[in-house]
Amino acid sequence: MNIVVPIKIVPDLVEELAIDASGAALDNSWLRLIINEFDDHAMEQAILLKEQAGGQVTVIALSAEGVDDILFTAAAKGIDRLIKLETEEAAALNNHALARALAEVIADLKPDLILTGVQAHNDLDGSVGPLLAELLGMPYVGYIAGVKVSGDGALARKEYPGGLVAELLVQLPAVLGIQAAEKPPRYVAVSKVRQAMQTAKIDARPCPTLDPAGGLAPLRLYQPEPAERATMLEGDVEAVSAKIVELLKNAGVM
Amino acid sequence: MPFRETFWNIPHWAEIAQYVLAVVTMVVFAYGVFRRFRRWRMGQPERIHKAYGRRLRDVVADVVLQLRTAREAYPGLMHLALFWGMVALAIGTALATVDWDVTRLFFDFQFLVGMPYLLFELLLDLLGLGALVGLALAAYRRYVLRPARLQAEPARRTRWDDGYVLILLMLIVITGYLVEGLRLAVVRPDWATWSPVGNLVAMALSSVAEPTDRTLHVGLWAVHGLAAFGLLASMPYTKLFHILAAPLNIFYGRSQTPGTLAARPTGAPAGVSGWRDFTWKQILDFEACIRCGRCQDQCPAHASGLKLSPRDIMIKLDAHLWEPANGRKLHGDVITADELWACTSCLACVRACPVYNDQLRAIVDMRRHLVLEGSMDTRLQDALANLGRYGNSFGQSERARAKWTQSIEPKVKDARREPVEYLWFVGDYASYNPILAGITQKTLEVLRHAGLDFGILYDGERNSGNDARRAGEEGLFEMLRDKNLATLSKCQYQAILTSDPHTYNALKNEYGPELAKGRPILHISELLDQLVASGKLGLSRKLGATVTYHDPCYLGRYNGIYDAPRRLIRATGCELQEMPRHADRSFCCGAGGGRIWMDEGEVKERPSESRIREATGLAGVQRFVVACPKDVTMYQDALKTTGQESRLVVQDIVELVHEAL
Amino acid sequence: MSQDIFVVVEHLRGEVAEITYVMLGMGRTLAEGTGGKVVAVLLGQNATGLASDLSADQALYVEHPSLAEFTPDAYSAALAAVIADAKPRAVLLGSTSIGSDVASVLSARLKLPMISSCRTAGRDGTLQCQICGGKIMAEARLPDSTALVTVIPGGHPADAGRSTQPAAVTAFAPPELSQLRVSLKQYIEPEAGDVDIAKEPVLVSIGRGIQTGDNVELAEELAKALGGVVCGSRPVVDQGWLPASRLVGKSGKRVKPKLYLAVGVSGAPEHMEAVTDSQLILAINTDAAAPIFGLAKYGTTLDLFDLVPALTSAIQQAKAA
Repeated sequence: MNIVVPIKIVPDLVEELAIDASGAALDNSWLRLIINEFDDHAMEQAILLKEQAGGQVTVIALSAEGVDDILFTAAAKGIDRLIKLETEEAAALNNHALARALAEVIADLKPDLILTGVQAHNDLDGSVGPLLAELLGMPYVGYIAGVKVSGDGALARKEYPGGLVAELLVQLPAVLGIQAAEKPPRYVAVSKVRQAMQTAKIDARPCPTLDPAGGLAPLRLYQPEPAERATMLEGDVEAVSAKIVELLKNAGVM
Repeated sequence: MPFRETFWNIPHWAEIAQYVLAVVTMVVFAYGVFRRFRRWRMGQPERIHKAYGRRLRDVVADVVLQLRTAREAYPGLMHLALFWGMVALAIGTALATVDWDVTRLFFDFQFLVGMPYLLFELLLDLLGLGALVGLALAAYRRYVLRPARLQAEPARRTRWDDGYVLILLMLIVITGYLVEGLRLAVVRPDWATWSPVGNLVAMALSSVAEPTDRTLHVGLWAVHGLAAFGLLASMPYTKLFHILAAPLNIFYGRSQTPGTLAARPTGAPAGVSGWRDFTWKQILDFEACIRCGRCQDQCPAHASGLKLSPRDIMIKLDAHLWEPANGRKLHGDVITADELWACTSCLACVRACPVYNDQLRAIVDMRRHLVLEGSMDTRLQDALANLGRYGNSFGQSERARAKWTQSIEPKVKDARREPVEYLWFVGDYASYNPILAGITQKTLEVLRHAGLDFGILYDGERNSGNDARRAGEEGLFEMLRDKNLATLSKCQYQAILTSDPHTYNALKNEYGPELAKGRPILHISELLDQLVASGKLGLSRKLGATVTYHDPCYLGRYNGIYDAPRRLIRATGCELQEMPRHADRSFCCGAGGGRIWMDEGEVKERPSESRIREATGLAGVQRFVVACPKDVTMYQDALKTTGQESRLVVQDIVELVHEAL
Repeated sequence: MSQDIFVVVEHLRGEVAEITYVMLGMGRTLAEGTGGKVVAVLLGQNATGLASDLSADQALYVEHPSLAEFTPDAYSAALAAVIADAKPRAVLLGSTSIGSDVASVLSARLKLPMISSCRTAGRDGTLQCQICGGKIMAEARLPDSTALVTVIPGGHPADAGRSTQPAAVTAFAPPELSQLRVSLKQYIEPEAGDVDIAKEPVLVSIGRGIQTGDNVELAEELAKALGGVVCGSRPVVDQGWLPASRLVGKSGKRVKPKLYLAVGVSGAPEHMEAVTDSQLILAINTDAAAPIFGLAKYGTTLDLFDLVPALTSAIQQAKAA
């Protein structure tokens, strides 16, 4: 089975985010870029499917700072093929442009199944999965936590709020938006990644032209006003406990 | 003229038979040794560093004097008595053989004559008695006292050999005295009193029966001979093999300082997945183990109720070496992941082992395999991933590492930008953990008060990798080490200073000689001790508190630093009371080896809680002084969970010094 | 193109989702600016009853057996037909397991601009969207042509979307809905929890700060003392320390207790959006910068391992007195 996992490289929220001089984009200089957590799950799900039923998994990413490390880590986990699309404008992309570029590349790969993260935290114009699906003429289902592939297609478990799950049968080829892999993404030892750097090859290609039409460009970005912060209770453990008991009494909870 | 009639009453055929038996025994013995030796060679290669002087000193200390064994009085006395007794008897027999069948036959003289002979007889009789006493002590201990560490061993092929060896040795010694007694009773030489025990036996036998039963003498002599040959022949097939393996293991003992964890040999698999992935030296470890159980007694994980026992690991691995090839798997069947992950890398087992085994190395080598397989609990996984991505286990940005310095005036020097005398490697916990912020601040104040020129690496610093290495992630350790070395290589400094013993160990022992280049690497307690002693740091107040000091594993056992912190504590005017488990017997807090990043598991009593109990057992002790940031967090938690917060206070040694300024 | 604001009604097994009412409220605000109508778009089978409390000027109802349960393929086809026909000013969909599956598909299929995660809309057509885990807001403006907007809760109250007057329901002929590539096989019920946290008046919520499963006990003691129940955020449920029925958040339950006591919860947006209806929120977290303090009324940075046991006994004593 031929699985393709397009991944998005996004800013790490551990760092402080700043807005650049134009006011309409994030300041790149301090950003640390990491793999989108949901794409990590998609990759794990793809590897699990390959381990169960055989096949080949390809990961595609756009060039960005640190993307080589991410791709070699993927290879160390068991990804067979690494494709990097070279472009200078990765930072300025929106999902529509990304989806169009991916669609052009993926169409040639003729995958049976495309797994990608259901969303990324910096999505502003929808998510890559469904856009890609429509461009490729494939069906899409998102919020998937569990996939089984059989002759009839992919049996996907879709998560709804409250813990409800729907089992849907999807005809292949299809795109699935992964919320969680059946197992948490595996750890891969640094020595294995180092090994992968020697043995794995990244297929670097020029990125097809990027067309962002379809995404509403923001007028400006800003940091939300810190909401009215909570009134902090001071004192030691006894004092604060007493204050809380008072508050609860006043609120009619006790 | 006193001499020894070696084959008195022994018929000629028996004499010949004895020599034939001796040859057979040698063959059986040699084959047994060869078998073992061949098995060692099935392991991976390992180069032994020369250091012959130190090795010979170790042999004297722990083979001849058996100092580690003698650390505990009862088993120490027991083993020294029976060992030296048996050695003496064996040498005696060898000398007698040479005297009778070599020098007499071929060179026409005997040396066991006259005074040398008399002394020979006396010495052998007394030492033989010592052996008997030792054997009696051993039997009493094993079968009556039944100490915990000799119980519940995992299955092995030759379980019977504990009793076998005791019985056989006793048989040899007792029949030896009987034979001697019988001979003396009949021959009645004038010098009989030079064999006091034999003489007593002779007198006893005479009073009981007519001792001239020559058949009895031959019979007992035969039994004695058979038993002795049996012992020798069975040596490589039973626990007696430790007579060869243990001295060998001690001689080939640790190549490097205790603080250095051995890397896998180049070319060998990066983690141990089958027993043949161990090096020959490690396989020798398993074979040298005599199952004394001291390591188990010292192990904090075992004491807390977890499934790990270093003794059992050694026993199981040794048994596994001999299993058929398509039998059980090393991981899962023989050794479980739970056992491996329970280890805190405190080195107590290694320090206690009388035959110089390195149980920790075996455990880490197997952990290395688990890490390569990615099989570990999610908390550890997250911690390692954070270390790889952010250089600290907290998952916080490396840019936040020096946040604690933001409000400090004047600014702390940036050692990357300007030369400093002391490069202060702060460490993760001191930088990121809010509970320790106060101590980090006080450390700074003490350094400033002493007028030291120091700087930090700000966000160029990374976790030293010490614990990642012991968790089995060697690649991650190398990556962190290389990053730190690169940063340090661009700095100019005279000495490196750290307040974290784990960091200290890595920098001193595992970062390679290029780092030190003659520059000292100091733990803060060492530095402060030096400054106080030289008068550069004055302590104006005498605290007058009664304290106890917990030796951190990585400062004490790993690096031998016991005295400097104690001098420092006394210099602050505190009275120091030692806990029973102190210095190299210090009891680990349970956080090392990556344990602080793992799920705790099913513990009956946390090691840190056991330690607090030990401290509160010292009446009058008010403060529990530590010298490691992980100890601070672990023991503060333990005070809460044991409800002892009003009884004791946990203080870092720097806080003590700060108070005494 | 009309100036109407279309709102796609999200419903699951006979119940209209809360997000629908939020969107209707937002739609009303936008419509006041554009001058158009608020039109609820309802897809289903025998589902007209669901339109009974929607605050809309009109309800467009598309009935087809294939729309009885949500599948992305069928919904996308039906909505595409509706939008192509009506050409509204804007279409609001939930940023949810239902809305997100179709919104981007529609954008690509109909070549319509879209923007997601919109929290608040203004009468002037400005849209405030939340990204990067709530750390960054993006402001955009509704374009002059048909646009798609996915909506997150928090900016518009759900009550503004409810009405006692049912909107006029107009039927819309469904397009050809054969050749669907996604079919629903079955629903899998969540494990019946012993409690429904959405109905509990007192909740003690735990997050990653609790560190290990063994410490859940601390929270349970506190909950017991208060006469409440323990719930938690996603990390806690993912680790298995609490069953899925106790999950509070976007993929869990929305709660509206009198007291929500957050212990060791950092306050990620997906969690907080499900808690906003609580009457009183108190937060215990050693990190003074934790986002939960932006939502809580009172807070403390004391260590939960110190405070929770002490608080439990203080409450027990107060109740005994």
